[in-house]
Amino acid sequence: MSVPLIEIVRATVGLSIQDLGRTGTTAIGLSQGGAMDKLALIEAAALLGQTHPSPAIEFMGVGGSLRVLCDMTVALTGGEMNAKVSDRVLQWNATHTLNAGDIIELSAPKSGVYGYVTPHAELATPRVFDSRSSHVSAGIGHWLQIGDVINGTSAPAVRSMKIRAVDRLGGGTVRYLAGPQTDLFSDADLDRFHATPFRASHIANRRGVKVDFEGTPFTPQNAHGIVSDIIVTGDIQMTGDGEPYVLMSECQTMGGYPRIGTVILADLPVLAQAKAGTPIRFEQITLTQADTIMADPISAATLSARLSALVRDPAEISNLLSYQLISGAITGYED
Amino acid sequence: MERPCAMTPEICTLGHDALLVRFAREASEAATACVQVMLRLIEEADLPHVTEIAPALASVMLRFQGGTDVRSLLHQHLTDLTQKTDWSNVSVPAAKRRWIIPVCFDGDAAPHLAEVAQIAGKSEAAIIDDLENADVRVLALGFAPGQPYIGLLPQEWDMPRTSTLTAEVPAGALVTAVRQLVLFANPSPTGWRQIGMSAFKPFAPETDTPILLRAGDAMQFSRASANDIARLQAAGDPKGGAICQSL
Repeated sequence: MSVPLIEIVRATVGLSIQDLGRTGTTAIGLSQGGAMDKLALIEAAALLGQTHPSPAIEFMGVGGSLRVLCDMTVALTGGEMNAKVSDRVLQWNATHTLNAGDIIELSAPKSGVYGYVTPHAELATPRVFDSRSSHVSAGIGHWLQIGDVINGTSAPAVRSMKIRAVDRLGGGTVRYLAGPQTDLFSDADLDRFHATPFRASHIANRRGVKVDFEGTPFTPQNAHGIVSDIIVTGDIQMTGDGEPYVLMSECQTMGGYPRIGTVILADLPVLAQAKAGTPIRFEQITLTQADTIMADPISAATLSARLSALVRDPAEISNLLSYQLISGAITGYED
Repeated sequence: MERPCAMTPEICTLGHDALLVRFAREASEAATACVQVMLRLIEEADLPHVTEIAPALASVMLRFQGGTDVRSLLHQHLTDLTQKTDWSNVSVPAAKRRWIIPVCFDGDAAPHLAEVAQIAGKSEAAIIDDLENADVRVLALGFAPGQPYIGLLPQEWDMPRTSTLTAEVPAGALVTAVRQLVLFANPSPTGWRQIGMSAFKPFAPETDTPILLRAGDAMQFSRASANDIARLQAAGDPKGGAICQSL
């Protein structure tokens, strides 16, 4: 039965419900959408013992507070936020079982950009084109606001676990494939593109992430009058000024700016989580290399080796006496 | 009508899980005709492992689930399909349905009408006449959900986008550039010129049929007054007074 699960008690624009997004909607003009850092949802699934990721509340570079309205386990993954309930600090990249009425207070991510709170629950929010993801720029769903209540069915509490998160919050080299318009760029410009140290720009949102660099623009040849063509998530688009923009979850589905290639899905979390100033480089790989990477995608199952039981540091426990310290002890009343 | 098509289709990879059959790098009647034909061929071939097929203005995208072997298999299927057709002599397939959409071309509904008329070298009345009599199709849905790219208009309509963006056109705005029309689904900044206003909502997520249009649909515009459009908008029907005829 669906019951109130979570109430938003503090929020600014940037909180939304996100899952892995949609497939098969390009022909109607709707891009994949979904979480900017889908790896964070897969890590949450591993923590919660799920095979398929559940929808999460995504925090886009901002903090907020959530009141849980029933006893519930949540997973905290993605960009690292300071999280606490009253004086109790909640370890990041871990699950925590909370009591009805607890308020989770979350800071803006201190490293990375997108933080995720995944309730161990079946949400009852609307499904549009087979996904619960908000795609605000397309008119699907909305930014969560103070007072919003998310309904659903909570699942039984699971053992508290932590996960050694996949390293992706500090930028690095992202791999991309050449595409239908790569040949609009000269070999010299492509070489320079691969050699250039980029930095993530402050111009970034769910549609795309701009990367800054020093030097002359990457201007394509013969791109004047180019016809609008299909865009896919990960495309590296050069604007009219020759500035690269990597198109992300909520990108448009068609556009006329030339694209140098497509960043592979496995590396998009690096771009999503790159705060302004984070170093980024681009490396072109072959289709064969991409196929090898994609043949063995990260899943909740493959992440299981990174899991361990979460043992809470007594120093983090504000009121030691309220805890049952020897829960496994024999009471003498057993059969 | 016959539309000569001088170009040869090329098959490109797009990301790790899509192939693109591209007929041209610039918009033309020939390329749009080829795209419509190719789209039907791919749909009718019912190819394995395909998760979606999406037409653009001069290309068709096919996304698949699978790796190297699936890509090679589909590449071969697409090669076979492209070789079956004489692309130098392709007609646009007959439309299966026609939409007649009320549009106001007057005053505030058409802030760039005079400019468009001037660039096209025609009177404003002749421009409106072109729009009312245009034999145009939905070429593709894109940019935003359900939003149609419509075309192609006569050669005089081959005008570039504006050099500076219009900060915002309202949802329902009919805008033009490069022989095409777009009917905006959402309020949006644009470099296209607004020449009309409808009450049609290309995307209505709260309804049973959230996307009303399909690539290949024939489109016609019936002249309406500003009052008509205001009344249709107030009525709240996403179709905005549009009629859909089966052909």
